[in-house]
Amino acid sequence: MRGLERSYPLPRTRLFGPRPVLHALRGLNFDLAAGRSLGVVGESGSGKSTLARLVMALDTPSRGIVELLGRDLHRLPAPALRAARRDFQMVFQDPYGSLDPRHTVERIVAEPLQALGLAPRTEQRERAAEALAQVGLRAGDAHKYPHEFSGGQRQRIAIARALITRPRLIVADEPVSALDVSVQAQVLGLMQDLQERLGLSYLLISHDLAVVGHLCDEVLVMHQGTVVERGAPQALFSHPEHPYTRALVAAVPRLL
Amino acid sequence: MLHVDNLRITLPTRRGRAEAVRGLDFALARGETLGLIGESGCGKSLTALALMGLLPEGAQASGSIRWGGQELLGQPDAQLCRLRGNRIAMVFQEPMTALNPVHAIGRQVAEPLRLHQGLTARQARAEAVALLERVGIAQAEQRFDAYPHQFSGGQRQRITIAMALACGPDLLIADEPTTALDVTLQRQILDLISALVAERGMALILVSHDLGVIAQTVQRTLVMYGGTVVESGPTRTVFGAQAHPYTRGLFAARPRLGAARGTHLPTIAGTVPELADLPAGCPFAGRCALTIDACRTALPPTVALGPGHTARCIRLDGHAA
Repeated sequence: MRGLERSYPLPRTRLFGPRPVLHALRGLNFDLAAGRSLGVVGESGSGKSTLARLVMALDTPSRGIVELLGRDLHRLPAPALRAARRDFQMVFQDPYGSLDPRHTVERIVAEPLQALGLAPRTEQRERAAEALAQVGLRAGDAHKYPHEFSGGQRQRIAIARALITRPRLIVADEPVSALDVSVQAQVLGLMQDLQERLGLSYLLISHDLAVVGHLCDEVLVMHQGTVVERGAPQALFSHPEHPYTRALVAAVPRLL
Repeated sequence: MLHVDNLRITLPTRRGRAEAVRGLDFALARGETLGLIGESGCGKSLTALALMGLLPEGAQASGSIRWGGQELLGQPDAQLCRLRGNRIAMVFQEPMTALNPVHAIGRQVAEPLRLHQGLTARQARAEAVALLERVGIAQAEQRFDAYPHQFSGGQRQRITIAMALACGPDLLIADEPTTALDVTLQRQILDLISALVAERGMALILVSHDLGVIAQTVQRTLVMYGGTVVESGPTRTVFGAQAHPYTRGLFAARPRLGAARGTHLPTIAGTVPELADLPAGCPFAGRCALTIDACRTALPPTVALGPGHTARCIRLDGHAA
């Protein structure tokens, strides 16, 4: 990412006045190497999700570039961008809202291949089975529907869907915040295993400092669209410098 | 003030009725704070709803919930309506769904005051403005006629707290009040609830799946699993001793700040069984590493471990040493 900015015009406050502008991101730079994980923490409105949308090329930056494997995503022609999408996939927060309840798991998981027109039917089916196996689901689960699964299993399905195109980067927006504590641990463990086995990179967006510390090599602390502090999670959370980071760390509930 | 004895709640499922709460006992006096902790499906929210008389359709409750000597279970709705929102109030997880989007927030805060205390519109408005100011809504007077969508998530939760407090309830039930909020907001809302509880001498029942939230807010804790209380006692004692294997599992699975990166969190084997599949004996049997045959035959009795500290497990000695 180089000099990434995104601003949104707001509704006029007065009839003939200028439109106020909300700067959601102001000049963001970072690099993410293969097999590494970057965490982004900050509260609602700090620009975390805008960042995810820009990296996923779901939104275009006002200024700056997003480069993945040497290609500037926002300058690619549409067909090339579609083809490039196989390299980056997303896992969403809500495993209940992000899976179509009327489709079978196999169809859900194979959908990225279908959308990219990458593989014939039979291969799609094989790849779906392979992705399900990678996330620890049974082959028999392919013909079930999302409502037959628990929250943690649904998040596994969502991860399988992201894995099916064999991506290099997975953008995960609060992947475990909707899950119970013991299920969180299982899904985090799965994400770690997958990273070790497949050499994935993660861009993990979360407001949970402990989750980020668990999974990431580097953390960006965002506040009002800028990075106020960055560093290795252990060092950052034990010796926060910026007042906002300190406030974040202090707000984490302690057990005793 | 509140006595719950042998509370059982059954829910209709496709495979017949299943017990979602299996014999819950606790008592709460004025000014006391109690936490219910556990994962989805452990019965903590159902318990909270039963206290409010708001169980979902088809649910059947048995046992006893006494409020100042008066039995609440089986009371006609009209009777409960006099208590609900008046003596017992509740704060829900999702402020956006708890607030009515087509009514101004001031009117929603004033509603219980007019309904229960028979205040005039003007008195209720003045009181509601005072309440909104107390929970930290700036310029409450000007924002009285604003609608829920014009507020942020944290502000909306403050508004629902103001609604719950309107009649000066004796018991406040907060069901995951901060789960939808950021850590910094969570801190503020919990501080607000704690301050109000202390200031008004209310009792508080806090339902949460977050151990940290419970640790910082309540005096006593019930750890629930599969509809039973597996461990209960003063929060510090329970969190310090972690006598029940499930309590230990919960603690171990929690990501901690400052833990080394790349270490795998210990997980609890298996998944929470469906209600209809709950084992006859200890609900945790099978997922627990200490399971022996006796665990599966009968629900373990409650074992007293110390002052007010109990656990339901027959393998306590297996670990205690």
